[in-house]
Parts: sequence; structure tokens; C-alpha cells
Amino acid sequence: MKILITGARVICPAQKMDAVTDVLIAAGKIAALGSNTAETAKNRNGKDIKIIKAAGMIVAPGLVDMHTHLREPGLEYKETVASGSAAAVAGGFTSIACMPNTDPVNDNRSITEFVIRKAAEADLANVYPIGAISKSSAGSQLTEFWDLQEAGAIAVSDDGKPVMDAALMRRTLEYAHSLQLPVIVHCEDSNLSAGGQMNEGYYSTILGLRGIPACAEEVMIARDILIAAFTKTAVHIAHVSTAGSVQLIREAKVRGVKVTAETAPHYFTLTDEALQTYSTALKVNPPLRSAADVAAIKEGLADGTLDVIATDHAPHARTDKELEFEYAACGISGLETSVGLSLRLVEEGVLTLPQLIEKMSLNPSRILKLPKGTLQTGADADITIINPQLKWTVDVRDFHSKGKNSPFNGWPLKGRAVLTMVGGKIRHNELF
Amino acid sequence: MGEKKSFKTVMDRDGIDRCLTRIAYEILEKNKGMDDLVLVGIRTGGVFLAERLKKKISGIEGGDISLGILDVTLYRDDISTSYKKQHPGKTDITFSLDGKKVVLVDDVLFTGRTIRAAMDALIDFGRPKMIQLAVLIDRGHRELPIRADFVGKNLPSSLWEAVTVNLVEKNGIDEVIIVEDAK
Amino acid sequence: MKLEKKDILGIQDLSVGEINLILATAESFLEISTREIKKVPTLRGKTVINLFFEASTRTRTSFEIAGKRLSADTINISASTSSVVKGETLIDTARNLEAMNPDVIVIRHSAAGAPRLLASLIRQSIINAGDGAHEHPSQALLDMMTIKEKKGAIAGLKVAIIGDIAHSRVARSNIYGLTKMGASVALAGPATMMPRDIEQMGITVHNKMEEAISNADVVMMLRIQLERQKQNIFPSLREYSQHYCLNRRNIALAKKDAIVMHPGPINRGVEISPDIADDPDRSVILDQVNKGVAVRMALLYLLTGGSQ
Repeated sequence: MKILITGARVICPAQKMDAVTDVLIAAGKIAALGSNTAETAKNRNGKDIKIIKAAGMIVAPGLVDMHTHLREPGLEYKETVASGSAAAVAGGFTSIACMPNTDPVNDNRSITEFVIRKAAEADLANVYPIGAISKSSAGSQLTEFWDLQEAGAIAVSDDGKPVMDAALMRRTLEYAHSLQLPVIVHCEDSNLSAGGQMNEGYYSTILGLRGIPACAEEVMIARDILIAAFTKTAVHIAHVSTAGSVQLIREAKVRGVKVTAETAPHYFTLTDEALQTYSTALKVNPPLRSAADVAAIKEGLADGTLDVIATDHAPHARTDKELEFEYAACGISGLETSVGLSLRLVEEGVLTLPQLIEKMSLNPSRILKLPKGTLQTGADADITIINPQLKWTVDVRDFHSKGKNSPFNGWPLKGRAVLTMVGGKIRHNELF
Repeated sequence: MGEKKSFKTVMDRDGIDRCLTRIAYEILEKNKGMDDLVLVGIRTGGVFLAERLKKKISGIEGGDISLGILDVTLYRDDISTSYKKQHPGKTDITFSLDGKKVVLVDDVLFTGRTIRAAMDALIDFGRPKMIQLAVLIDRGHRELPIRADFVGKNLPSSLWEAVTVNLVEKNGIDEVIIVEDAK
Repeated sequence: MKLEKKDILGIQDLSVGEINLILATAESFLEISTREIKKVPTLRGKTVINLFFEASTRTRTSFEIAGKRLSADTINISASTSSVVKGETLIDTARNLEAMNPDVIVIRHSAAGAPRLLASLIRQSIINAGDGAHEHPSQALLDMMTIKEKKGAIAGLKVAIIGDIAHSRVARSNIYGLTKMGASVALAGPATMMPRDIEQMGITVHNKMEEAISNADVVMMLRIQLERQKQNIFPSLREYSQHYCLNRRNIALAKKDAIVMHPGPINRGVEISPDIADDPDRSVILDQVNKGVAVRMALLYLLTGGSQ
């Protein structure tokens, strides 16, 4: 069956398109774009066609989250590939890349294949496993990148843990480069951050919580930029949270270093001031930073220093969070609030809508070398329809994710994904 | 609030003074002098009355008589129920009560609960030979089997009236008044 | 006046009026500890649980004596004997205790914010007896009571606090309390012991202790934890004590009648020289302990419904 989406504002940064037009989907692919083309006109009154009237809506290439944690295998009580996929499509994401810090760590072909099989069984979103850089992400011995890539891993990362050994980072970048395998780095000097619970500053001082200094992130970003420059390889920096990090990346890009970077909605929405309640929902790594850092993150998004908005979706069970702050797990369940929170940037004038969509679909696709993030004719019909005016209130009980750990519970937001189509199949629908 | 309150004076300065003089004589008469006799005033009204009694007794007999101050807040039975609460004041009894004849002094005797608390407190301080009670006003409505040994004036009152003893030391005037419609 | 609070979690949450109320109530309780029978029936039938997840002798004893002198039933639970070691979470423990219906739970915990978590979960009153490097409100209250007694008033005084501010809940609670009450506070210690942006709390920070002590009315010394040496907070006790130990020489920089305080236990010869710690003209360290019982009695009394 063919599908025709009519009357929406279609935004496709890959084609520099931003126009009210129609989209025709056939055989799981984008068949045509445009309201008056022969193809769309011919089909408008056809029999075997589903018309989706989407006036007032935004049609975007399916959103891509290059940074999620699906917890399977091993930590299924927090999330499974299936529940995470359901959360993804509910949040408007058609493709997600999942980090390897499961139990056991995704450091070999069998785990990668397992995740892919689980994703196929769930049959909701496109799930792309990311393999570990080092065995068990222990930071000493490289994994078999070649084998991982053949099994379906689309990048490598030791996310959750830094690669403290600079020589190992050098070898990682060199070896992955020969495979054109993207490397995603979690930048944190674990000696500087040791024992840290939150951003180091006035609020950590008055709360009596051990601080994580901004420089714990920045020294590692500086190091990895230097190694990437020296080895002439590309590196992608995960979850950027500080003003200093933004500045380092900005300068590196000017010098021509092949560095890309992402941030997450909580880093441009919340500050460490909110932690005065000791709410463990606000405990994340890297930690929520100062108001000045939040301003710098927005600046970095606006000027292109930060290429991607990822979710760093980190679902946890209640038992991981209902603890003393020190003992609580880090992370925010982010897939289902990302669109609503990110649209605030458009409202505030930080980003235009096409820029936002670029950072949430095209850029992560390019960095991961995925054929996604575009509505070009012939591309997979991965489409997210967003109602930018819809007012709603976050209620974690409605989350499809098993992780109800969100500091945004109860927040009023404007705009959300109302229809998510993956490969021409509607996987989430609040539109009709 | 907003209700009209009226009060009437039932005893003036001279009346209070005459009562205290009489009570001083009665205390000495009953105890056959001031041997082993001590006064303990209950915070706050009782303290000033006890001080006046001490002066009068010393004036009659010559010599000094010990005076202690007792705060009964911590011995009350309504700590967590009464909405009208009192700040615990300092208790100041610097002498031993063992074997003493203690005259407790208070301004108004009403339900008897304050006196019950005061006797408990006194007994925690030692083992007096005897405890007697002197009050300026006995307004009735006892809730405990307690009776004063020395009474300035019996003043039958209704429960919705408040009997207030004002003294120069704390209110700038000596008088006993009944306030009606008190809630 | 009544304390309109369910819990005492920190000095940060207390108003000047509430601090004065607690101190005035504690004043009235001082005398009870001098009686032959050191007990009043005020909290008869009330149950106070001392839930200590961290070793403590003096604070636990002080709370226990305070409860007992008010006739409350006090029960001590320490981490080593509780089910905490069996993997029960703080929340499980709290719910179990709540079901037994105590009136007040006094908690000490190594994790900052744990008392607040407990208070948010259960209906009983919680008193924070020290949480991580966050707050130790009863200590600051007894310190303020001691200062008030020795100096007449707190407003206008200069108080120097010397030592490992970064790891000290006593310092934080005292900074809140003393600045609220109108004193000026000067901190001194090596930069490794100064938490970031602490000057935003309205105090001054000095590297040399002499600068902080100069012209002070009160000198408060903090205990140095030997195990911090491993974290390179200081290179050696020898070097630390050469520069941050209160002694005859540097105390001379303070006001002539300056008092010396220490929350205990003291490392004699490390942060304070023995002759200063035991100098009856200067040291008020045992007065602090004495006031501690009265302050804790006042907290128990006010939280269980007593008022002024």
C-alpha cells in the first residue's frame, strides 16, 4: 500500500528543503516529493493508497539518536531492546545506536548479533549496535573491530568509561580509521572525577557532594583532539557538557581537525542549581553544569560546533535511583522527552527548525555513515511527523521505556512526535 | 474574634495586699513559725506572689526564708495536645528540699493540673517533709483531687470566663479581673 | 512561638527566629543536667530512634542522653548491627522503622542528603545528626549557644574556622548559622581543603591561618582526618601542623579574650597544641559538649510539639 502525506511542512536538510508539500511513500521508500508532480497527482485519488492529512505538522526525516543505552543483554530489568525500541518510536526516533555497556559488554560478534536479532524481533526502530573499544571496556586490550563491523556494529565506543590510556586511544583511532569505523569517545579523566557526584562549584560545595570539575571532561577532549589531529583521523565526542569543551572543539574545527560532537537535552535545559533537592533523577554523567555552561552549549549548537543532539537515553529501574544520592545510578531516560525539550531551542531562537532537524537526523547519520536522515527519493521511508504546537505534560507513567527516571516528569512541553514511520510502516501514531 | 469582651475587677491593689498579709500569718500559724519552711513560686505569676510572701514573712518573724522558682512546663500532661503552649522557663531551686516544709505559691487555682505537675517536679528535686499550697484565687472547676491550704479569695466562676491576676512586677498594675466571653 | 517544622535537616533551612527559639529553649534545659535527678517526664511515652550509619560516640551519646533526660525511650541502631549490611536500602529501613511508629528519628549518614531522603519518605520527624560533608545542625547550634554564652551575642563577632573545610559538615552548618546571626566568618586552610566557590557563602577565605585568626573573637579548629593524606589533600601531618596548628604564638593574633572551639575529637599537637586545647581561659571545648545535650533536648522537645 502506498501512503501520501499531504499538506505538511516538509523539512529535509539534506536537500535544503523547507516547504509545504506532499510526500509519497511506496514499497517502504520515499517515492516522490512535491504536491503537483505527476506521481503524486496520479495517486491522490487512487484506490490502494492511504492519505495522511498533515496540515500544520512538520514532516522530517526519521530522527536518529546516536547515543542510547538499551541495557540488553544482562540488565533487562532496566530496559530491553524491545522496550527501548518502543520508547524510540514513541519519541519520534526511527533509528537508534546503542552503546555497548551491557552485561556482558558488547565487545564481540556474538553480542552484536544478539542485539541485532532482538531488534529484528521487536521490529520497531532501526537499531544499530555500537561495539566496545576495549575488551569488557576495561581500557587495556582492543576488541576485534573488523569482526564487530562485519557483525553489524556501526561504531566503537567505551561509553560510560573513559579510555584513560592515551596510547590505546591512539591505536583505536588508527585502527578504526582503516575500517572507516566511527569512534565515539566518552571524555572524562577518571582521576580528576574520582568519587564525584555532581558538577564541582558552589552547589557541590553547599550540598557537600564531591565535585566533578569541568576540566575532567576538558582535558580528555583536548587530548583526543590532539591525537585525532596527529593521526589524521576522525573522532566523535559524546555528551559535551562544559563551556570549555565547546571552546576546544570549536578551535579544533577551525584548525581542520576531523572532530564532531554531540550534546544532550539535559545539558542545555538544566543546571546544577536544580540539585539542591538531592533528586537522584538529576544525577547524570557528565553532570549537569552551571548556567554559564548551559549558555555555551546553546552557543555551540547555534554556531555548529556541536553537530548533534543525542539523548544519552540511560534507563534505570526505581531501585537504582531510590537511593542516597551517592549510591544512585547516573542517567536520564531521554528518548521520549528529547523532541519536546529540543523544540524549546527553536522557541528560544537558538536554532531554526531545519537546524534542529539536521542535528537530530542528518548529522548523526553522516557521522555514523548511515544512509538515513534524508527524504530523498529512493531513501528508506523513515519519517517523523511532529506537531510543533501540541501542548503536553511529561508523565513518566506514560513512558514506553522501562526507565521512568526523568527529571522532566510533570514538565509542560510544547511539540512532540505524533507519527513515526520506519521503512514505510507506521510504528507510532497519535495523528489518526 | 470581634465578640465584645467585658471585664470586671474583682480585687484591687489593697485587696491583694490584704490577702497576702493574711496568708503570711496563716502560713506561720499553721507551721508554728518558719523553721524548715521554704517557699517555691510557680512560674510566672506565682513567683512574684512568693517574693511578696517572703518579704511579709520575714517582716513578721525576722530572719530569712528560702525562695525557689519552679517551671512546670516540662511536667505538664498536655505537651503535644494543648495548642496554647508555654516556653519552658528556667527552674531555680538552689537549696535542698529534703525534710523541708514547702509552700507552693501560685496565682490562680483552677483545674489542679499545674499543681499536680508542680508536685511531681518538686519530688524529683528531693523529699520534702510536707507540701502545702497557697493561691491568691481559687476559681473552682477542679479536675484533680487537689485543695489549697491557703486561699486569698474563693471566686466562683464559669468556664467561659477567664480569671487574670495582673501584678505590678509583670503588668504594671495590681488587680484581679474576670474577662467574660473569653474563648 | 512554635517550631513550624517537621524536621531539622540543616541550618540552611532555619530562620534567625527559629535559631533563637532553639537556643532559648536549650537555655532552659541546661539546668536539668545539673539536678540530682536529671530527668523530667516531658517526653514520656515518646520514642526516639538514633539511626547511625556512621561511627559516632559523642553525638550519639549526646542525643541518647538528651532523649533520656526528657524521659523518651531512645533506641540506638548502628550500621554494623542493622540490616543495612544485609543489602537493605535506606528506604526499606525507613519504611520498617516508620511502621514501628517512633516519634523522632535521629540519623547520621556518610552520604550527603540521606536525612532529606528519609524525611521525604516518612511522616516522622527527622533530625540530621551529620550527613557526609553537608550539614551537622545540632553541632552548629551548640557552637552558637556556647559563643552566645561566652560573648553575650553573636552579631558583630569575627569567627575564624581553620582546617579541612572541604570535608567538614560542621564548617558548613556553622557558616550558615553564624552569618545568619550576624557574625563575620573567615576561613583558612590549604587550597586543597577549600571547596570551590565557598566565598559565595558570604565569608572570606585565607591561605594563611594567621590572616583568619587576626583579631578574631572565636577560633574554631576542625579535626584533620589522617586518611585524607592518601588523597594528597596534604603531604604530611608534620607539614600541616607546622602551618595550621593553633598554638601560643598564633593565638596571640586573636583578640585577648578570644575563645577556642573544636567539635572533637581533638588531635592534640596536629590542629591544636595541647596547652591551648586545655587552657581554661581560652578553650571552651568541654562547654560545647555540655551545651550539646541541652541543644539536643531542645530539638527533641520542639519537634515533638513543645513551643515557646
